[in-house]
Amino acid sequence: MNRPIYLDYAATTPVDPRVVGKMMPWLFDNFGNPASRSHAYGWAAEEAVELAREQVAALVGADPRSIVWTSGATESNNLAIKGAMQFHAGRGKHVVTVKTEHKSVLDTVRELERAGCDVTVLDVQDNGLLDLDVFRAALRPDTVIASVMFVNNETGVIQDIAALGAICREKGVLFHVDGAQATGKVPFSLDELPVDLMSLSAHKTYGPKGIGALYVSRKPRVRIDAIIHGGGHERGMRSGTLATHQIVGMGEAYWLARENMGSENERIRSLRDRLMNGLMALDQVFVNGDLEQRVPHNLNLSFNFVEGESLLMGMKDVAVSSGSACTSASLEPSYVLRAMGRSDELAHSSIRFSIGRFTTQQEVDAVIEKVSTAVNKLRELSPLWDMHNEGIDLATVQWASH
Amino acid sequence: MAYSDKVLDHYDNPRNVGGYSNQDEDVGTGMVGAPACGDVMKLQIKVGADGIIEDAKFKTYGCGSAIASSSLVTEWVKGKTLDEALAIKNTEIAEELALPPVKIHCSILAEDAIKAAVADYRTKQTAANTAVEAA
Repeated sequence: MNRPIYLDYAATTPVDPRVVGKMMPWLFDNFGNPASRSHAYGWAAEEAVELAREQVAALVGADPRSIVWTSGATESNNLAIKGAMQFHAGRGKHVVTVKTEHKSVLDTVRELERAGCDVTVLDVQDNGLLDLDVFRAALRPDTVIASVMFVNNETGVIQDIAALGAICREKGVLFHVDGAQATGKVPFSLDELPVDLMSLSAHKTYGPKGIGALYVSRKPRVRIDAIIHGGGHERGMRSGTLATHQIVGMGEAYWLARENMGSENERIRSLRDRLMNGLMALDQVFVNGDLEQRVPHNLNLSFNFVEGESLLMGMKDVAVSSGSACTSASLEPSYVLRAMGRSDELAHSSIRFSIGRFTTQQEVDAVIEKVSTAVNKLRELSPLWDMHNEGIDLATVQWASH
Repeated sequence: MAYSDKVLDHYDNPRNVGGYSNQDEDVGTGMVGAPACGDVMKLQIKVGADGIIEDAKFKTYGCGSAIASSSLVTEWVKGKTLDEALAIKNTEIAEELALPPVKIHCSILAEDAIKAAVADYRTKQTAANTAVEAA
């Protein structure tokens, strides 16, 4: 059976076969618990874990001792925000974040709100970028932490982390960054960026699912409470037996990302441009999010007058994501695109294409053809397309809501 | 998300796509839904002198289930009287297409489209009759 063409690398990536190879020996041959200090099984596992810590630290330009292993970016986001709010409860109870954040940040701050914290969730501009003045104005004397993602998962838009971090330092506010979508795509060094806490994930960067890390700055020294207790692993910040094979996988994946980032980004940018030019040849197609401040891996398009889920049906052999309500259980269209001021219509019509290490030019060409065919077919079926062609402005029509 | 074979069939081969002029007196047009909600259905029925629906056409913006629901309805209303067409229930549409619970609103919209088309036709007829009487 022919598998669908995979253009959903922002959802997850395949584990690079070189990474798989490095992980295998740590499942049966070297299965020791890295916390076992009394025998060679444990020593070998601990050595592997510490090597991986150095590899992860190298990609993000950090001291290896500032890397805390977690189960993934969702846990890291929870640990960073809840851990900071809890530890610094005496300083205040205000937390600032942004409407386009991942749900693991938004739901975490909502949970804190239920527990009595003050939460400010900021709007973004139409291009998806956070206005620095709006951000500065939101920070109060009782603000403990601000959380802003590096690269948005739906649009690929890159926030100005250096400038936002500088504002936080100036105001004495902790700065947490969800870096899950940035690693291997944006070169950066935490030694230079004014960032206190950064969430990292393995599976967005050709590593295994179920493993991630939280960077906790040592200079300046950042203190957080643990949210998982028992055993005192990871200097008490995250207890639980370390998953050696997963950690080794994340280390190798980050190492490969560091080696290949430059050439890989160039190749992916040329594929993205090819895909974009091919699809923008259709009428009434719009790019969602800033095209310049954006990782080249992401192309988020709205195909006006075509509903996203029906478009996915029409391109069954292409694996992508849609911002349409119908692809979620909630019946609400993408909250990220809505926060960017996109109309519901355009949010319903959006498709996220995300390109990665194993995407080929042949695949991109095939996708252009399949998507174009499906869009044309569905527009033939669309009463809105007819009205558009008759010159009717859909915004002026009185629609019965249902 | 898994679609039933019947939804896939209607999506791949939609029946009776198209439209009639709104001006035709023997045509009733129902347009329901809203772009902001992600679905808009336009159903048109052409009614014979004997009061039987001769033909039906549709165009739909929406998910596969919405397209399938409206395509199915164009088949079902053909050959029916207006009252028979009005008796078509969303539950029958949902059952025929094996729609999952989250897609029931598509079948409701299709039922609404029939009601709107019939109402439009009847309004036109009343207006025409009034015009005849007045003349």
